[in-house]
Amino acid sequence: MLESPGALDPRTYTGTGGPLLGVSALNAWYGESHVLHGVAFEVLPGEVVTLLGRNGAGKTTTLKSIMGIVPRREGSIAFEGRETSTLPSNRIARLGIAYCPEERGIFASLNVEENLLLPPLVREGGLSEAQIYELFPNLKERRKSQGTKLSGGEQQMLAIGRILRTGARLLLLDEPTEGLAPVIVQQIGRTIGRLKSQGFTILLVEQNFRFASTVADRHYVLENGRVVDMIPNPELEANMKKLHEYLGV
Amino acid sequence: MQALFGQLLVGLINGAFYAMLSLGLAVIFGLLNIINFTHGAQYMMGAFCAWFLLNKAGVGYWWSLLIAPVVVGAFGMLIERTMLARLYKLDHLYGLLLTFGLALIIQGLFRNEFGSSGMPYQIPTELAGGLNLGFMFLPKYRAWVIIASLAVCFSTWYVIERTKLGSYLRAATENPALVQAFGINVPRMITLTFGFGVGLAALAGVMAAPIYQVNPLMGADMIIVVFAVVVIGGMGSIMGAILTGFGLGVVEGLTKYFYAEASNTVIFVIMVIVLLIKPAGLFGRER
Repeated sequence: MLESPGALDPRTYTGTGGPLLGVSALNAWYGESHVLHGVAFEVLPGEVVTLLGRNGAGKTTTLKSIMGIVPRREGSIAFEGRETSTLPSNRIARLGIAYCPEERGIFASLNVEENLLLPPLVREGGLSEAQIYELFPNLKERRKSQGTKLSGGEQQMLAIGRILRTGARLLLLDEPTEGLAPVIVQQIGRTIGRLKSQGFTILLVEQNFRFASTVADRHYVLENGRVVDMIPNPELEANMKKLHEYLGV
Repeated sequence: MQALFGQLLVGLINGAFYAMLSLGLAVIFGLLNIINFTHGAQYMMGAFCAWFLLNKAGVGYWWSLLIAPVVVGAFGMLIERTMLARLYKLDHLYGLLLTFGLALIIQGLFRNEFGSSGMPYQIPTELAGGLNLGFMFLPKYRAWVIIASLAVCFSTWYVIERTKLGSYLRAATENPALVQAFGINVPRMITLTFGFGVGLAALAGVMAAPIYQVNPLMGADMIIVVFAVVVIGGMGSIMGAILTGFGLGVVEGLTKYFYAEASNTVIFVIMVIVLLIKPAGLFGRER
């Protein structure tokens, strides 16, 4: 089952100094509807990057296209310099990309522990089960419970926790704070900071740019299936007016 | 009393076959969302495979238990790859129609070739004869069928409900796209699961060969009752398929003793009652 990753660990990855993930001219469709129109951006090793934008701007579709789970996609998606846009999703995962969907995707017929251990290891260097329970102590207490019996916040922790074990170095997180209480949002923010300090690279989809500003290095703004702006986090304050227009808040 | 125990034994034997066949259907329905109408034909092919192995190649019963499921399972995987895989995006009615058509074609071909009278298959010498239990005579082969079927059913249940491989299957039943996005080759897993389910039918066919005769229509007769069992147990429930299979076999046997006239219809009467009271089946979850 294990395929050779054939690439370097991003913690030590320098390549040609290029991005860990490079997306260009990405188009995607759901049936007849053309959702992405030439999306282009890049993520450097060790960065936390967010995709901001209104509902329907194409943020989730961008993550799904990278993961290979949209019906049709065209353009270039390069991970560690390797083209992945023609691979099936299971091969993409094996290269070291892990995905946490917006709806969390906790399996009802599996208990918490089975959910946590489900994604296969794709590389060396993932967190151990014990480290994940240390990060999310609630999960340990409830490891024999049915996955979907957990609270929303616990399910989100489980959805993030289970992709940390695999050794994937690029994490795609789709709105991890959606619908959660502020105290849980803070916990997830701290977790993202900790993962960054451990060398994980994270591409985050967020509606909540206040949360995004506490964790991210850079922000890309999507509008109607295109990247319309890139704002480094330190310049976020100065660009607040522009951002409000983009997000319509 | 002898007659009661006799009917109980017949019921358990039938139940063993109902359980193995409905288990295969449940496994396939769970992951593929396809109602495999070819299941009866594949059960019949298992019996024929054993008959061929014995009469044309001199390969006996024990090896047939292994070879027939592999051969018929491989045939199933070929059908899955070349035909069923194209239908997953459509309503599962299409899969049902395809497998129903295939079942008629396969049965028709076998019937042309072998007629509809049965061919005998010898009980293996190790299991000939029987034991006198005092209250009844127990043929060894029948005891073997019940024990082997229980072992097969519960090992399958164990693998699906208690192992890592089983957790992949259960997860893929719920959300195949996400399981694949974790790095698991779901299309290959689907093919192998279909092969396994078909293999179970063929195994049941080999075990049935010495009891019922080897006959092109043996699957067609069996599958109607098995579908009723599946409806009663609830589509897709593994333990439900096993318990309902054995349970209804026994109910049928007891009906033969107490009210023989109803023995052919009792399962269908139960099916109607269950559908009215609990449409998802005794062990099924409402969707």
